[in-house]
Amino acid sequence: MSLENFLIVGAIIFSIGLYGALTKRHAVTVLMCIELMFNAVNITAVALSRYVTPSAVLDGSKGAAEAVLTGQVFAIFIITVAAAEIALGLAIVIAIYRTRETVFVPDANQLRK
Amino acid sequence: MIEESAVWLILFLPLASFAVIALVIRPFLNRYAIAAGYLTIAAVGGSLMLSIWALGSVEGRGEGTELLWVHDWMQIGAFDFNIGIMLDPLTAIMLVVATAVSLMVQIYSTGYMKGDPGYARYYAYMSLFTASMIGLVLASNIVQLFVFWELVGLCSFLLIGFWYHKPAAAAAAKKAFIVTRVGDFGFLLAIMYIFFNRDSFGGLNPLEITDIHSAATLGLLGGSVATWIALGIFAGAMGKSAQFPLHTWLPDAMEGPTPVSALIHAATMVAAGVFLVARFFPVFEASSTAMNTVAIVGGFTALFAASMGLVMNDIKRVLAYSTISQLGFMMLALGVGAYGPGIFHLFTHAFFKALLFMGSGSVNHATGTFDMRYMGGLRKAMPWTYATFLIGSLSLAGLFPLAGFWSKDEVLADAWRHGELVGQVVFWLALAAVFMTSFYIFRAFFMTFEGEFRGGADADPDTEPHGEGVHLEESPPEMVWPLGVLAVGAVLAGFAVNPTTDLGIVPIHWFTEFLGAHAEDFNIVLAAASSLVAAAGIGLAYLMYMSKRVSAEALSLSLGPVHRILSRKYYMDEAYELYGVERGIYGGLARGLDWVDRAVVDRFVTTVGWFAVNIGGALRQAQTGQLQAYGVVISVGIMAILGLYLFFL
Repeated sequence: MSLENFLIVGAIIFSIGLYGALTKRHAVTVLMCIELMFNAVNITAVALSRYVTPSAVLDGSKGAAEAVLTGQVFAIFIITVAAAEIALGLAIVIAIYRTRETVFVPDANQLRK
Repeated sequence: MIEESAVWLILFLPLASFAVIALVIRPFLNRYAIAAGYLTIAAVGGSLMLSIWALGSVEGRGEGTELLWVHDWMQIGAFDFNIGIMLDPLTAIMLVVATAVSLMVQIYSTGYMKGDPGYARYYAYMSLFTASMIGLVLASNIVQLFVFWELVGLCSFLLIGFWYHKPAAAAAAKKAFIVTRVGDFGFLLAIMYIFFNRDSFGGLNPLEITDIHSAATLGLLGGSVATWIALGIFAGAMGKSAQFPLHTWLPDAMEGPTPVSALIHAATMVAAGVFLVARFFPVFEASSTAMNTVAIVGGFTALFAASMGLVMNDIKRVLAYSTISQLGFMMLALGVGAYGPGIFHLFTHAFFKALLFMGSGSVNHATGTFDMRYMGGLRKAMPWTYATFLIGSLSLAGLFPLAGFWSKDEVLADAWRHGELVGQVVFWLALAAVFMTSFYIFRAFFMTFEGEFRGGADADPDTEPHGEGVHLEESPPEMVWPLGVLAVGAVLAGFAVNPTTDLGIVPIHWFTEFLGAHAEDFNIVLAAASSLVAAAGIGLAYLMYMSKRVSAEALSLSLGPVHRILSRKYYMDEAYELYGVERGIYGGLARGLDWVDRAVVDRFVTTVGWFAVNIGGALRQAQTGQLQAYGVVISVGIMAILGLYLFFL
């Protein structure tokens, strides 16, 4: 397995997520698509952290272990933040539903005014 | 030998008096406004003492040199900009005239302005005016001179409009300011023209008056350059000295308090124009065109203004036209090259014209009106005013041996000896003006002081009495004393300062020689002729207004159209109003500017606005509020940037 395979998978998932986030009308679907994009990024980050070894590790200099783990730590970070963000997003969706009785994204067009 | 600081003090005494009155007395101590008068009198008196010292110092130095103190003000590149004092005979004489007449006027004003609610303000302006006039004559630099020149104009504006609640006074003040501004613009152009031609000064400082003199006498200024400079300066002088065609403001300026008319519009400020021409006399001498212009304008104004003085009923307006006419005399004297006699006439005129104006103020104080049709018979009620006014009138008419005779005679003699056609023309113009002068002043004299009293302000429908209304008695002593002093001047200021024979204390032709001018011998034939002409004018006035052998009414009826033209002042005010203001400014300039404003400025602004509205309208369509559509655009944009980055860089 080479790095390209991971990156291609990541790119495909990211594109699917972006497409969905921009085209789906249902707010929950949009949130799901955003989640897809997060995970695409996670895959990319972990893959890069595995395959692209920083030169500091080869030198064996101080702080090298942290450098190796950077991508993985980022992935965990993103998962955490995403969870919080989804909770927030769903709360917003419910708030919109309560005031406007709809969860369709095109109906939330107050920015126009 | 006078110190520099003493000369500066001549200027700063009245200036300090102005500052104290304007900043302390008027805002905080207005209950003690009377102090303002005494402060001004003290300051101007001090200036007079120092001026006499200055005159003595200049006299002691002999002719042809001036005391010069010059200081750096600023340096721009290689160009030195200076301020300083130039104390030459001309300056010294003007200093004495300005401060002496000013002092008399300030003393007189304590009586005339008594009880006026603007008493402190009046003295503040008077101090500032005196300071400006002193600064004007002391200036060593043409720009410095211009600053004081404008200050003098400002003070004139403030004092004409002193009773600003009267619409006529407010209008007259504006008129004086605007009309003189036309001339001042010419003066400013002359200064700029000098500056642009600074290369032809060959190392001299083109803004220093002494250097301008040297450049003109050394012939550094080419013919046309000197002509243009002289004509520009003369334009300024025409405005200030009320020469035709910029004379219309001076008669209206009589709306101000009478002492103001005496000081500013008779003795000093209007003489500033004559002073200006005299100050730059070498430049004028370098150009015969400029000299002839000055002579012709002066000669024409002398006659033109005198003719209007013949028919005026307001005593101050008679004196106002008389002033314009006499200023014309001074100008024509300068124009025919008679520098000394021109200034000599300025000197004597300052005394007798201030005297006449203050006499008219004294008459007004008693009768409450300026209209001579409602005066008459004041000889018994006001003996001192009568006697001094008579002396002033005789002096103005130019009768032997009063001051006016000597100066007017020298002017006429120099015009006669000028030799060229211009000299002949202005001589006859001046001689005709002499006749008219003696006629109108004695017409005024007889109408005011002789015959029966005709009611004063009570009979005059057009006046609001100044002060206490009609009370036929002599004015208070503080008004009569200055009249007496000036009457002495009006008698002695001629022969005693410029005698035709050596007097022992005063050498022959002291005044003109002191000014560095050549003095002509006394010409008995010419003197007799001009005296006869003047006497004829007085005689005619006597026949018409005293003995009534010749009916003034019948004469004015038979000369109906002429009389109407004269009393309407040749319709010049109407012409300026119609052609200058209505058609020229409102109809021409303002309409043109209005068109530019609408068609260019406004159209540009509306076009810019139109673009903003329409482009905005088009772009508004993209603002759908659909976040997903925005997201598409952002994503496509990022991809485009990335694509560019990856494939082209």
